[in-house]
Amino acid sequence: MDYFLELFIGGLTRGSIYALIALGYTMVYGIIELINFAHGEIYMIGAFTALIVATILTMSGMSGVSVLVLAFLVAVLYSSCYGFTVEKIAYKPLRGASRLSPLISAIGMSIFLQNYVMLAQTSDFLPFPNLLPELPFMEPYAHIMGSTEFIIVTTTAVVMILLTILIKFTKIGKAMRATAQDRNMAMLVGVNVNRVISTTFIIGSALAAVGGVLIASHIGRINFYIGFIAGIKAFTAAVLGGIGSIPGAVLGSLILGWTESFATGYVSSDYEDVFAFALLVLILIFRPSGLLGRSTTQKV
Amino acid sequence: MKRLAELRESLVIALWFMFLTFPILVIQVNTIEKTIIWRWQNLLYVGIGSFALSFVWRYFIGKAAAGGRASGERAEEKTSILQRITADSRFSRSAILLTALIALAFPFLSSTYQVNIMTTALMYVVLGLGLNIVVGQAGLLHLGYVAFYAVGAYTYALLYQHFGIGFWTALPLGALMAMVFGLLLGFPVLRLRGDYLAIVTLGFGEITRIVLENWSEFSSGPSGISEIPRPGFFNLAMDLEESTIYLYFLMVGFVLFTIFVTNRLQNSRIGRAWLALREDEVACEAMGVNKTVAKMTAFALGSTWAGMMGVVFAAKTTFVNPASFTFLESAMILSIVVLGGMGSTLGVILASFLLILLPEYLRAFSDYRMLLFGTIMVVMMIFRPQGIITNIRRTYEYHFERKQNGAPDASV
Amino acid sequence: METILETKNLTMNFGGIKALDRVDLDVRQGEICALIGPNGAGKTTFFNCITGIYPPSEGDVFISPPAGKRKRINGLPVHRVTARGLARTFQNIRLFPDMTVLENVMVGRHCRTKAGVLGAIFRDRITRKEEKAVVTRSYAILERIGLADLANALARNLPYGDQRRLEIARALATEPFLLLLDEPAAGMNPRETEALEELILRIKTEEQISILMIEHDMRMVMSISDRIFVLDYGKKIAEGTAAEIWENPVVIKAYLGEEFDA
Ligand SMILES: Nc1ncnc2c1ncn2[C@@H]1O[C@H](COP(=O)(O)OP(=O)(O)O)[C@@H](O)[C@H]1O
Ligand SMILES: [Mg+2]
Repeated sequence: MDYFLELFIGGLTRGSIYALIALGYTMVYGIIELINFAHGEIYMIGAFTALIVATILTMSGMSGVSVLVLAFLVAVLYSSCYGFTVEKIAYKPLRGASRLSPLISAIGMSIFLQNYVMLAQTSDFLPFPNLLPELPFMEPYAHIMGSTEFIIVTTTAVVMILLTILIKFTKIGKAMRATAQDRNMAMLVGVNVNRVISTTFIIGSALAAVGGVLIASHIGRINFYIGFIAGIKAFTAAVLGGIGSIPGAVLGSLILGWTESFATGYVSSDYEDVFAFALLVLILIFRPSGLLGRSTTQKV
Repeated sequence: MKRLAELRESLVIALWFMFLTFPILVIQVNTIEKTIIWRWQNLLYVGIGSFALSFVWRYFIGKAAAGGRASGERAEEKTSILQRITADSRFSRSAILLTALIALAFPFLSSTYQVNIMTTALMYVVLGLGLNIVVGQAGLLHLGYVAFYAVGAYTYALLYQHFGIGFWTALPLGALMAMVFGLLLGFPVLRLRGDYLAIVTLGFGEITRIVLENWSEFSSGPSGISEIPRPGFFNLAMDLEESTIYLYFLMVGFVLFTIFVTNRLQNSRIGRAWLALREDEVACEAMGVNKTVAKMTAFALGSTWAGMMGVVFAAKTTFVNPASFTFLESAMILSIVVLGGMGSTLGVILASFLLILLPEYLRAFSDYRMLLFGTIMVVMMIFRPQGIITNIRRTYEYHFERKQNGAPDASV
Repeated sequence: METILETKNLTMNFGGIKALDRVDLDVRQGEICALIGPNGAGKTTFFNCITGIYPPSEGDVFISPPAGKRKRINGLPVHRVTARGLARTFQNIRLFPDMTVLENVMVGRHCRTKAGVLGAIFRDRITRKEEKAVVTRSYAILERIGLADLANALARNLPYGDQRRLEIARALATEPFLLLLDEPAAGMNPRETEALEELILRIKTEEQISILMIEHDMRMVMSISDRIFVLDYGKKIAEGTAAEIWENPVVIKAYLGEEFDA
């Protein structure tokens, strides 16, 4: 039973991280119908930035929560800036181009960023210090759920709530929903679509950075390639939940997290990545619109 | 005034990129040895570089926008000099003759090493043309092409290992296997909207490699399968140099065969359907094209070609392991197609030579290969989505001899 | 006259919107029918439902080709509907812009020809003959439409009016028994509209193809339609001859506030 619980918590933790990344995919897809392949790289850049900041701070004698907070903030700032810039360079000039062009541009951007980090930093794995504090009240449950897992899950939950508030109640959130529903219509009623798109990229990137710092602390090492696989999986989660749907992305991520956790726990850990992929193909066969996605008819 | 505004904008851009690249490019931390290296010079390079590039960017974006507005008449003028030359049949005939002579003489004039590199380049020509069927002609973004290449290579390797099957038998079998995999993967995905294919093929490429690495009983894992024989020629014994040259000519043959097939496909009922599908899926269906069948055909054909080249690859290197089939390969082949111009045979050929030979001869380049591929994809899509060589549409001539019933007769 | 297209209770829901609400409509062999109504009435949606682009939420679509039996076609994929003999044009022109004019029409021959991959590669006698026939026939269609001079131009470079006519040419290449035209005169000048009118009449008389068209140009609608159907908010509110529709108070009311394009 404990093993089951441990896997359950493991899946929940994984799922939380996927959710943070998947939201970026789903929000961007909802608004400009593009798979932003570079999104995984934004997450990786977030993790790298946090690592760099944390290392500098630790070496200059700081420690504890202040390192965590600063590393977090800088990572979120930089990821957002990268997300913003990527959109301006690689996608904005291609609005109105054929469907294939922005996709190729996106994959090109992803390859570029990966190799940019690899060349500027290193191709080896770098150990990542655990920035997350030990929580004394979690002590008794340590065999099932460590402090790190607890922090990841609660942080994700808080972030989700904030995001929901932002989308439901703020002006920009309303503009985002309007744009997602019908871009031309939104433009007609005076929504600044360019601004909405930029904001979407910034928010998505910030969430990815949060995910990047959390997972790097949890796993304890990073390299330039972590965004690639995480990206594919988070996208799978977004499709599973119904691409374009925000609650769908969270649900899909949790299901994917649990699937992976139980499959690696009970079946085999060599094929961790294969399960996610199998799940993706199965959804596409049986429910291409995802669990919470509405099957929309393309306007002709 | 305008100049000044542009100057200021470029300055802002330069500062922005200096800020953006600061942590990654300037600071290098080594968490193991606890050292930090500050590379301030990079900040300067980025500043100057992005300042200069912003002018180039602005110029081309302006030009692209102007071109888009006046696309009506401009399109005619836009046919490049290269195109007009290639359209001239006298010139193209002599060019073909010259190329043929060079291709024939090449292996006897250069070292085994050079011949080997050229053979590799030719393999990428074929891979590029194969992927071009999928991406360029049918407009399906395929990001896991290397997986089918791997299927071909492992088919030969395993068939030889277990049953001693030779190259010429393995060749069609490898192609067939890749096609079967293509159909199995394509079937669930191709009836859905196009971008799902991109992510599924990307995933499939990774998964194939992971399976090959982990399923040791099947594929011998990361250490791979070695001592695969080179292609034979009627049991003739060949030394290394001879068999290198033989393989080179074999590849020349493959290239010719591929050009022949893809050109014929392009100017056929099915080729037109692919193109129409790429241009407008809804209209294409409304014209009676079964889009799933058309896509499946393109996908399966593209996979077949990858499988075929996989067999050749295994025979050329005499050794296969999963490390040869990374995303790098898929990215490289895709860049070839993108650079060459989607749907253009000549473009793809030129692009493969450019992208394979350049890093080979400019060693300093090879580290920046992937960076280059990524840049190519972004820049080409923004400034020249039709590639370095625009595909000119085939024209038809009609010689009318009005028959009694009044139906015109066309000669094709 | 025989009925060749019939819809019964055709309904289409988009979320909350009823874009079509129990529409009964029929077209008979040899007729030119018009479907009119204010913007957003559901006219294009009606075309999308009968051609299989949208699966109707409720109701049925029947066709009875002149040479065949009556069949229910809802739920059939788009390309199968085209193969059965319904061909259409689009309100917002959807040509294949980077293909030549002739190639655009040749694509229309797809569902009437057979050559596959092997045929394409080996170019056997049958394939060559078929290919030649495709070119001949497509060219002949262009001649009839009056676009033969532009056969080798790229579709994207055609003037607007010619693009609309090319769409008709492409649709004709699929050998339909019923041609569906979605606002064929939109954006045309009066001279072009007149030529179009003549073309539509010629298609009807010379090729025995019936026509159902959506059109806002009331002058054209009134002058060439045998019967007219009026949609408003997804409901059919009237049908009849031009004279009957012209005087129908319900129709006038529906259009009130809407500008007449006449
Ligand atoms: N794919 C779709 N999704 C949602 N609503 C749609 C879709 N297609 C059409 N509609 C809605 O159906 C109604 C009828 O549209 P349409 O058939 O295009 O009108 P018309 O052609 O008569 O101008 C409109 O309110 C339109 O917004
Ligand atoms: Mg309409």
